[in-house]
Amino acid sequence: MTPLKPVSRGAKVALGIAFFVLFLAAWAIATFGGFVSKTFLADPLTMAESGWRLLTVHGFLKDIGITVWRVVGGFLIAAAIGVPLGILMGAYKPIEAFFEPFVSFARYLPASAFIPLLILWAGIGEAQKLMVIFIGSFFQIVLMVAISVGATRRDLVEAAYTLGASAGGIVRRVLLPSSAPDIAETLRLVLGWAWTYVIVAELIGASSGIGHMITDSQALLDTGQIIFGIVVIGVIGLVSDYLFKTLNQRLFPWSLA
Amino acid sequence: MSKLAIEGVSRTFPGVRGGPPTRALEPTALTVEDNDFICILGPSGCGKSTLLRIVAGLDSPTAGRVLLDGAPVAGPGPDRGMVFQSYTLFPWLTVRENICFGLREKGVTKSEQDRIAAHYIERVGLQGFEGHYPKMLSGGMQQRTALARALANDPKILLLDEPFGALDNQTRALMQELLLGIWEADRKTVLFVTHDIDEAIFMANRVAVMTARPGRIKSDVRIGLPHPRHYTVKTTPEFSDYKARLTEEIRAESIKAAAMAA
Repeated sequence: MTPLKPVSRGAKVALGIAFFVLFLAAWAIATFGGFVSKTFLADPLTMAESGWRLLTVHGFLKDIGITVWRVVGGFLIAAAIGVPLGILMGAYKPIEAFFEPFVSFARYLPASAFIPLLILWAGIGEAQKLMVIFIGSFFQIVLMVAISVGATRRDLVEAAYTLGASAGGIVRRVLLPSSAPDIAETLRLVLGWAWTYVIVAELIGASSGIGHMITDSQALLDTGQIIFGIVVIGVIGLVSDYLFKTLNQRLFPWSLA
Repeated sequence: MSKLAIEGVSRTFPGVRGGPPTRALEPTALTVEDNDFICILGPSGCGKSTLLRIVAGLDSPTAGRVLLDGAPVAGPGPDRGMVFQSYTLFPWLTVRENICFGLREKGVTKSEQDRIAAHYIERVGLQGFEGHYPKMLSGGMQQRTALARALANDPKILLLDEPFGALDNQTRALMQELLLGIWEADRKTVLFVTHDIDEAIFMANRVAVMTARPGRIKSDVRIGLPHPRHYTVKTTPEFSDYKARLTEEIRAESIKAAAMAA
């Protein structure tokens, strides 16, 4: 192997699938071979069977839909406020000086620790779930967007000034397009994190959603269902990540080689 | 009245971490007449780029002032077009969109933008590359686009900060001929910073030699080579005489600069 040498598309896909196959094989050997007790870890077939039952008998699709709605809803609210604020902070240093210390502090507050407080304030309805996602994503988005915008190449800004750009023109026609691919990448990352917050939010005080199904299954010692729920989250994450990546490549062809 | 007047401009940079301040530029005076092509020639670190940045309005002088058509320069503006040494095309815009950047900012209509862009694309020989992104272009093509972008704004004066410094020798020679050809046709006023003696003599009608840091203008040499200049002018005895003279002046400054660095 040569460092940094690219692989062909076919080899890339084959290698990626190979790991999933190996992973599944190791799991099958551990469970079917009797190395791990069924109580702690269901085998792949039991999981598939539990999954099928969940989907056909217990209406799990509805849970999946609700969880996706919560993640996307909370994430969109956070992005709709966080991206503009981050852009303002990156572009205008007094605004950054005003918000940055608080945002840096708030970023370290664990969203899950707010759940008891949020239940007290907003009950156990949808508003509370959205607020958990919001708290978990908002401060990250603000800070990362501000950094991307602030890192715009100074020589490009200077070139724009010598071409007659106004302050507003610098923001709209240099800072924004220059940091747009980074902002899109930030949103892709934070959406991934939002998925971990939604499950935590659903483990406590929820009556629907993937996380709620997982807590219920724990009470029944049904590890097959728990693993199926986790796998579903993984698959949704993989798909949304792929969509995001494809969209970014379409929107910003200039940032690629 | 001179096109551009630099009057007693000096620049001192504050010391880093309590260190002594750095004097980059001694009080400097230079006047540029309409249609002049002036090269500012100096060893590296002599403050020649600082001087050009002050003219562009990207840096402020510690003392003194710069007048363009009699009006003091307060900040950067489209009346002073600039080509930088580093590649500063906007990577998210195509060649044509880069050239139209200043026109769009001015509010020029779309059809007029396209007409002007097409004109300058032809002038710098980039036909067929209008829709390319900067990443797909060679260094020489990027700098030609940057030149077209600055010219499209029709500035009163064109400022160039070692624009061909990062190019290989052959490309650099071609770029010099291209710029000289444009100047001979349009007689746009040009202020060109370089450390390359041949480049300065070949293109300029005046060469201002700067001293080692802190920089000031040591001598002002008129280059009497006739226009239009062909690249073969570089092998004439007159060219060699100018070169011998400027080499002597620059050498003394380079030795001083090297001694300071040691």
